[in-house]
Amino acid sequence: MTTSAPVQDNRPAAEPVYRCRGLSKVYGQGEAAVHALRDVTMDVGDGELGVILGASGSGKSTLLNILGGLDHPTAGTVHFRGTDLTALDDGDLTAYRRRHVGFVFQFYNLMPSLTARENVALVTDIAPDPMAPEDALALVDLEGRMDHFPAQLSGGEQQRVAIARAIAKRPDVLFCDEPTGALDSRTGIRVLEALQRVNKDLGATTLLITHNAVIAGMADRVYRVVDGRVDQVTEPDVRHAPADLDW
Amino acid sequence: MALGTLNRKLGRDLWRLRGQVLAAALIIATGITLLVMARGVMVSLEVIRDSYYERNHFAQVFASAKRAPERLARAIADLPGVRQVETRIVEAAPLDMPDLREPATAQLISLPERGRPGLNRPLVRHGRWIEPGQRDEILLSEKFAAAHGLGPGDRLRATINGRRRDLAIVGLALSPEFIYAIAPGDLLPLEDHNAVVWMGRDALAAAFDLDGAFNNVVLDLSPGMDPAPVVRALDGLLARYGGIGAYGRKEQPSHAYLDAEIEGLRSFGLVSPAIILAVAAFVLNVIIGRTIETEREQIGLMKAFGYSRWAVAGHYGAFVLAIAALGAVIGSALGAWLGWAMTGFYADFFTFPYLYYDLDPAVFLLAALFAVASGALGMARGLARVLALPPAQAMRTAPPAVYRRGWVDRLPAGLVSPTGRKVKRHIGRWPVRAALTALGIAMAMGTVVSMRFMDDSMAFIIDVQYNRAQRQDLTVTFTRAQAARVRHDLAALPGVRAVEPFRMVPVRLRLGARSERIAIQGLVPRPVLSRPLDSRQAPIPVPEAGLTLSTILAQKLDAHPGDAVIVEVLEGRRPVLRLPLAATADDYVGKSAYMGLAALNRALDEAASINGTHLMVDPAAGETPYRRLKDAPLVRSVSRRAVNIETARKTMAEAMLVFSAVFTGFAAVIAFGVLYNGARVALSEQGRELASLRVLGFTRGEAAGVLVGELALLTVVALPLGGVLGYLFAWATTLSYDPELFRVPLRVEPRTYVLAAGVVLAALGASALVVRRRVARLNLIDVLKTRE
Ligand SMILES: Nc1ncnc2c1ncn2[C@@H]1O[C@H](COP(=O)(O)OP(=O)(O)OP(=O)(O)O)[C@@H](O)[C@H]1O
Ligand SMILES: [Mg+2]
Repeated sequence: MTTSAPVQDNRPAAEPVYRCRGLSKVYGQGEAAVHALRDVTMDVGDGELGVILGASGSGKSTLLNILGGLDHPTAGTVHFRGTDLTALDDGDLTAYRRRHVGFVFQFYNLMPSLTARENVALVTDIAPDPMAPEDALALVDLEGRMDHFPAQLSGGEQQRVAIARAIAKRPDVLFCDEPTGALDSRTGIRVLEALQRVNKDLGATTLLITHNAVIAGMADRVYRVVDGRVDQVTEPDVRHAPADLDW
Repeated sequence: MALGTLNRKLGRDLWRLRGQVLAAALIIATGITLLVMARGVMVSLEVIRDSYYERNHFAQVFASAKRAPERLARAIADLPGVRQVETRIVEAAPLDMPDLREPATAQLISLPERGRPGLNRPLVRHGRWIEPGQRDEILLSEKFAAAHGLGPGDRLRATINGRRRDLAIVGLALSPEFIYAIAPGDLLPLEDHNAVVWMGRDALAAAFDLDGAFNNVVLDLSPGMDPAPVVRALDGLLARYGGIGAYGRKEQPSHAYLDAEIEGLRSFGLVSPAIILAVAAFVLNVIIGRTIETEREQIGLMKAFGYSRWAVAGHYGAFVLAIAALGAVIGSALGAWLGWAMTGFYADFFTFPYLYYDLDPAVFLLAALFAVASGALGMARGLARVLALPPAQAMRTAPPAVYRRGWVDRLPAGLVSPTGRKVKRHIGRWPVRAALTALGIAMAMGTVVSMRFMDDSMAFIIDVQYNRAQRQDLTVTFTRAQAARVRHDLAALPGVRAVEPFRMVPVRLRLGARSERIAIQGLVPRPVLSRPLDSRQAPIPVPEAGLTLSTILAQKLDAHPGDAVIVEVLEGRRPVLRLPLAATADDYVGKSAYMGLAALNRALDEAASINGTHLMVDPAAGETPYRRLKDAPLVRSVSRRAVNIETARKTMAEAMLVFSAVFTGFAAVIAFGVLYNGARVALSEQGRELASLRVLGFTRGEAAGVLVGELALLTVVALPLGGVLGYLFAWATTLSYDPELFRVPLRVEPRTYVLAAGVVLAALGASALVVRRRVARLNLIDVLKTRE
């Protein structure tokens, strides 16, 4: 395991956390080629709660996967606090994810053979400065279900375990791919509240994918993705609390 | 770095998949069991043999002559490298056993009048040693005594050099010289027909007119001394006294057979486990590969969280290592125990005075090495997959299968059930996976064949030996060569319908630098009763001026048809002949050489011309011919084919009872391991789909039928291939036998294929039951709630 930090924190104040330039991603070749991202240029501010909005298939997950160090772009660069992620090899990307990034996936993706507590511990085991798994679960109001297996939890509970798992390492950035996609609005709001709390309390830059425009109401900044392009970036004047959202 | 949680996942996964883990571990365990068992028996036999040899002073060089003066012992002792010399009188005598129709044969061995023999010292187990001067006191070999219910105090009627003698048994004994007491030409020792009788030197000298002389000598050599020069020097000394060729331990019959058995265990203990562990590695490959495919999201997830690809690979590697370790532990324990049981079996088959069982700790190391090697080979493919899976890719579910309409869909609806269509599409979608699974099943069947074909080979040997090559009812040998007309006397015996004379003469065959000692058989031109056979079991005519050698002997001499082989006759006027090799005879047991009787007699230039005959006897004649043979003074030994066949069958049946039961059990475990794992992996791959079918209203049977149907189809396809693989595996197994004494013919009878197919089908049935139960228990809600 790499112990030296591959990513140096050498940003000047108010530098964006992410600086993307000319990002594109092409799947396949020739006639079958799919342009998932086309020449995306964007910045993500430190500590912000950003919402990525877009239709299905527009390229949101692709963008997030590249920012999160899960995937490589076909062209363009991504800088994280001054480090070019596209230049890192697999080992350094692994270390980058381990130190800095928390993920919440659309389909929870819990390990079926581990309990809620153990699913969180899976991440805290390898994080440099984690919180206790129990504390992370308490943050998402799951202290009562810590020793249950995923199959014994409801969909919303599973998603909150996934959030606890993502935040337990105190990540610098938190990526959430449709965290409420499979949930009803009441449960969705509890999940969003948990996310907002983490954003505020831990200061983690949070990027949240959704195709539910209402959720954009809680964002510091909204990125609209259309057909592989970041079409529009807006900063709403008013930020609503999740409880005030309604869908 | 703390990997506690990952280890917990490992533990849970192992437990969750315990059925599969155990099934896979058991395949490895069978290989390890064989390895540990064979090694254990081998090492123990070696230890027992060596200590027995040492305690009872087993000689290193052996020689026989016609009559050598005792003073020659000095000259022999002066040969460089000779440490000890023991001269003896060794002869043969028929015994009249009341419970046998035909006479039994005793090998008479002299004991010094005072003290104990310095070499080849018998171990008296019951009774006492013979008293000096007591000319009728004997020690009798224990197995023969047991076969006839004899003990110290009983008497034995022998015809020694044509004279009836009534001998007093004073002790029962064993000797390192006769651990495996097999008579020349026999397939197996006939315990109730072949005796060893030890008696005083003076008594034997008087009986055979060997006062102040010996006809057998055994030597011990200085440590590390190569026997070859001593053998040559001894031959030189004995040549003028009718020496028939000295030889070292390697050629001493009992030692050679024991050695061949130990060597057989050594190579069998490597070849067989290697085959099984290769199968295990292959099966693991399929299982692990498919398991990893079902866990690709979890793999991606771990990587997304920052576990390095090596940490993730290590996790799955540990999974396989745990299987291998479990297999190694089970196999080592079972092998150690079976080895102990088998050593007992062997110690009884060979006559050892004591039992000792020890396992060289190195064998466990070897076992662990084999298990880990098969595990490592078994996971190589899967690990490569784990390493290569990019995290983002893995986060997407495996792309939905692309099913295509195929020929099945064009069949009328009534002909193929919906289940059948689904099975066919599934196989069509994953052709490689289906092919690998079928290959795994075929390998399982092949292993069954390779563990069972030995019965076929042995039955074939018995059939060739006693039904085609040797068809005589009796073989009679004479105390010394007789005029040819003796055969008319035998033909005149009541009930004797055919007589075929022969002459056996000790010779040394030479070709180039190689030489072999053997008793050559002079045969009539067209033998009918006992004849050499070619590789298609057709009789070979005996050429007037040519030599026929058994395959084994021809190989040892590196002789090819047409080669001129030098035949040094070691009897009478000791002529030296040059005979072309005319043909090789496809014998499976021992070394034999044949030539024309007339040519042999011309070379020897003696009036006497035969020293044995084969006889056909009318069963209706009852006891009379046998009684006459028991009374005939010139008879040295009589052997009855029926006894040989019966002994061979009995010994085979006993061995089969032990070995075949064990091996068939192993084979069944392997077949079940393969099929059960195939079924379970398929179940975890298709669990959601099956649950959906159930939700849609399919019955449990129908849902399970999809899985079982696929497995059954693959099994049916795999069976013929399994037969072919079985033949190959069997062939590899025959290679592991040293053909020195025994050639194992590669025979696989249809019944063995049927049995192997039956074992595989039974394993399929058992796996189907398990799948059915699992499908019945599928929790529909759970399966649909969590994404796999
Ligand atoms: N492995 C792949 N091979 C080929 N095409 C792909 C692959 N992964 C994604 N795509 C394509 O790239 C495009 C963008 O996919 P992406 O998953 O980023 O969409 P998304 O905006 O997240 O959609 P959704 O809201 O449905 O999750 C889609 O057209 C998709 O079909
Ligand atoms: Mg998406």
